[in-house]
Amino acid sequence: MLEILQYDFMRHALLASLLVGLAAPVVGIFLVQRRLALIGDGMGHVALAGVALGILTDQQPVWTALLAAVVGAIAIELVRARGRTSGDIALAVLFYGGIAGGVVLISLSPSGTPANLNAYLFGAITTTSTTDLVTFAALAGAVLVTAAVLAPRLFAVSNDPEYARAVGLPVLPLNLTLAVLTAVTVVVSMRIVGLLLISALMILPNAISQLVCHSFRTSLLLAVATGVVVSVAGVTTSFYASTPSGGTIVLFAVGVFVVVALVVAARDALARRRHAQVEGHAEHEHHPGCGHPAVVHDDHVDYLHGGHRHAQHAGHYDEHGPA
Amino acid sequence: MPVTEHQRVDPSGTSPEVVVRLSGVSVGYDERAVVRDVDLTVAKGEVVAVLGANGSGKTTLMRGLLGLATVLAGEAEVLGDAIGSRRTRGRVGYVPQRQTVGGTIPSTVREVVASGRLPRRPLLGRRRAADREAVQRAITAVDLEPWADTDIAQLSGGQQRRALIARALASEPEVMIMDEPTAGVDLASQNALAATIRRLVERGVTLLVVTHEIGPLEGVVTRAVVVRDGRIAHDGPLHHEGTHAHLRSGGDVGMDVHDDAHHVHDPLDPEQAPGWLEHPIGER
Repeated sequence: MLEILQYDFMRHALLASLLVGLAAPVVGIFLVQRRLALIGDGMGHVALAGVALGILTDQQPVWTALLAAVVGAIAIELVRARGRTSGDIALAVLFYGGIAGGVVLISLSPSGTPANLNAYLFGAITTTSTTDLVTFAALAGAVLVTAAVLAPRLFAVSNDPEYARAVGLPVLPLNLTLAVLTAVTVVVSMRIVGLLLISALMILPNAISQLVCHSFRTSLLLAVATGVVVSVAGVTTSFYASTPSGGTIVLFAVGVFVVVALVVAARDALARRRHAQVEGHAEHEHHPGCGHPAVVHDDHVDYLHGGHRHAQHAGHYDEHGPA
Repeated sequence: MPVTEHQRVDPSGTSPEVVVRLSGVSVGYDERAVVRDVDLTVAKGEVVAVLGANGSGKTTLMRGLLGLATVLAGEAEVLGDAIGSRRTRGRVGYVPQRQTVGGTIPSTVREVVASGRLPRRPLLGRRRAADREAVQRAITAVDLEPWADTDIAQLSGGQQRRALIARALASEPEVMIMDEPTAGVDLASQNALAATIRRLVERGVTLLVVTHEIGPLEGVVTRAVVVRDGRIAHDGPLHHEGTHAHLRSGGDVGMDVHDDAHHVHDPLDPEQAPGWLEHPIGER
């Protein structure tokens, strides 16, 4: 048996990282699509106030954090829906109110100093108890099942909210549900990834998918796979290197993102050299009998147009050389 | 057909099925009326062009029918029910005015079109074969099969617009509200759009089309409603004198209706003209 699996806390940490790696990208894909990528960060700040409240009142911090994050999530969604306050201002109130509340509350606690919050802010592998793990598994399971059932609707609402409203989808309830799912995911992740870093695990796997995928479905699957791999790798590394787990996980995610972005950029640069696109070809679509002579070119047809050969490709025309 | 309250009360019960009925309606946002005191009745199978300058209120009027703008006064019914009623869910198609679709995350034409099927699907339960077929039919109807599994952001503007029409078709609506479906669309897409619209009309779908340019829809539009300064300035057959008079007085809004009623707006390929004129202007 691997050394790493001999310790209870490591088994807990690995299981917890698996749950986080699964849940965070699933919730994150809809947030990224709605261009609300950083809202998870705001909920992390609010959850921090909840953690401090739990320590101060001698409650389980998981539950107080969950309460604070869910209330914060619903509040911000309602503010956004009313549209009176700008989303930015509402987020700022949430971010800074939460973190300020957390720091002040913890200082009021007899046993507490702001240092107590460190493990919650940045994640630590030694802190996941058996009770935590059971709670996290139940919460992560609930998040995954809800997201799976609602996925088509969450997609519709995050893709085009106005259209969703016009055809009678329950837009506000769906947005509220997504906000609560986000809040729950933040809390599930706080032990392993930390409240200040969890948003990265919601966003980065989806940012990676977005670079290489062509459909929502494959984007989601790749993001989940990336999330699980970086979480488990991060926790494992943090065991051997004695580093905070959250930071390690996020560095893995950043590393994968940078590598993929560079590879994609290099590939595109190469493709551009081989694949010159015809500029401003919106006004005419070539088809048999369109008036332009057709020429068979390997596996496709070029049309002679303005002294050039044009080939249709994925919604545009490629320059295939002079006629 | 269930007899609604309105049909019993209304003496026009002998006329064909009423799809839209507005009576003294004002529509706007945040209590501010943009469109005032509108009376409009649209029967099943009509193809209504809603014309007007930018800012005239024509889009707001259509958004009112969809529940996207608020009906502030008057009585409004779509398909015999209050606007936004559960019973009309999936029966009203909407094609928004938009040049592009897609968000940060890639999505295929099929995925976007499938989202239009949701009003017809129960919350729980898997997608049925009928749903998949409806989505496929919608994609076929706009001639986008070759691009069905392509990232929608990679398509041309006209193709994206066709995908939005397919999204509206996926719920098999009885009435379609289209906002500028042909604006800024390449000729091939305009042809495909006109063909699609003709097929819809043949199936008995009622259409309300907000547009600047009648050109591509020449043969199918049966009636023109001109909105000016938040009121209906004219309502009648497309090539009625009044339509032109009102459009001309609309000023420099790029209105594309010509003195010659059958002039075809098609600078690139005059040979297309017979296609547009296949169907004579319908008489109501």
